[in-house]
Amino acid sequence: MAMTVHCDIVSAEESLFSGLVKMVIVSGVEGEIGISYGHAPLLTAIKPGPVRIIKDSGDEEVLFLSGGYVEIQPNIITVLADVAEREIDEDAAKKAREEAEHALRGAPADIDYTRISAQLAEAEARLRTLQAIRRAAGK
Amino acid sequence: MAGGKEVRTKIASIKSTQKITSAMEMVAASKMRKAQDRMALGRPYASRIRAVLGHVANASAEYQPIYLQEREVKRVGYILVSTDRGLCGGLNINVFKSVIREMHSWDKQGVGVDICAIGNKAVSFFKNIGGNVVAALRDVGDNPEASKLRGPVKVMVDRLAAGEIDRLYLVSNEFVNTMTQKPQIQQLLPLKKDEDEQRHTWDYLYEPEAVELLDGLLVNYIRSQVYQAVVENKACEQAARMIAMKSATDNAGELIDALQLVYNKARQAAITQELSEIVGGAAAV
Repeated sequence: MAMTVHCDIVSAEESLFSGLVKMVIVSGVEGEIGISYGHAPLLTAIKPGPVRIIKDSGDEEVLFLSGGYVEIQPNIITVLADVAEREIDEDAAKKAREEAEHALRGAPADIDYTRISAQLAEAEARLRTLQAIRRAAGK
Repeated sequence: MAGGKEVRTKIASIKSTQKITSAMEMVAASKMRKAQDRMALGRPYASRIRAVLGHVANASAEYQPIYLQEREVKRVGYILVSTDRGLCGGLNINVFKSVIREMHSWDKQGVGVDICAIGNKAVSFFKNIGGNVVAALRDVGDNPEASKLRGPVKVMVDRLAAGEIDRLYLVSNEFVNTMTQKPQIQQLLPLKKDEDEQRHTWDYLYEPEAVELLDGLLVNYIRSQVYQAVVENKACEQAARMIAMKSATDNAGELIDALQLVYNKARQAAITQELSEIVGGAAAV
């Protein structure tokens, strides 16, 4: 039997996942991290992107997180998400990406770069998550 | 007949009051269900982030943010959650009483108290009795928004960071069940260390730097705790109002029964009197 560890994923609105996992892969601010049993205690912020959960049974689930924190303890992984989504609206994400790209291209001087690039990153992350979900489903 | 008409108008007026209270009861019942759902949804996040911060407090961290340092208490802060409206039994009064009790005991130790009042009732209560209100939020509404709470919360957190207050408490109602709500006082900061757990000598790996990370996490923690308290208080408010309105409706029913009896007796007496007058008149002829 593979080594498993308990994992909780909660967002401000709801609890999305709670159970035993073989591995959780999140996109931390300093790169992707895969966490499995016996990881050292770690506290990190996460950036918008997919979180892949490989469950006890071997099934894979992919969710989108817009940001938040991950805490790793020897016996529990806690993901505190700002916003988490199971279903992703592809059209809305594409539209958001186009809008952000458009705003950046036709940039007037007083443009709020930080906000728009954050919006762009989030839209990109949503689309990446969507691909990951499809990949997980197609397997 | 004495008072027959007056009694009848009184009954009519109590009946219309009863209609209002029973309507309010039903409105509160349906709002309570929604508020309870909202409370249940927010609970996992609030309890998880509290657990995480509990671990942080126990870690022997390389960086000790000012929020976590236990220091000599010279001034304390209270974030007080109340309702916007009345007619909800002793809900607000119970909370105020517990705060006043705390304030007295701090006062004896020569410790000042700063208050952040959330909800119309708390704002006007502390305006009346006096008290150092440093932040206030009126009109929280039935559907509290997290963004509205940021301002008052920031005021308190900034004061703590600046060293103006040494401890921060959160006071609100705990939703035990529909019949019972009890005031609870929770110490938000500095985090309480778990005394049972032996001193650990481990620390987290931090990505990115501990300073940024912990500060961000702490602000998130306070926000989520206050938001959860407000949402929970909302559920308490609706439950308390439902119970208060139910007993008001019942009391009105009893009052109407009693008055109806008085009215019937008066009517009987009037009829009897009239009859005896007629009989007396006939006998005299």
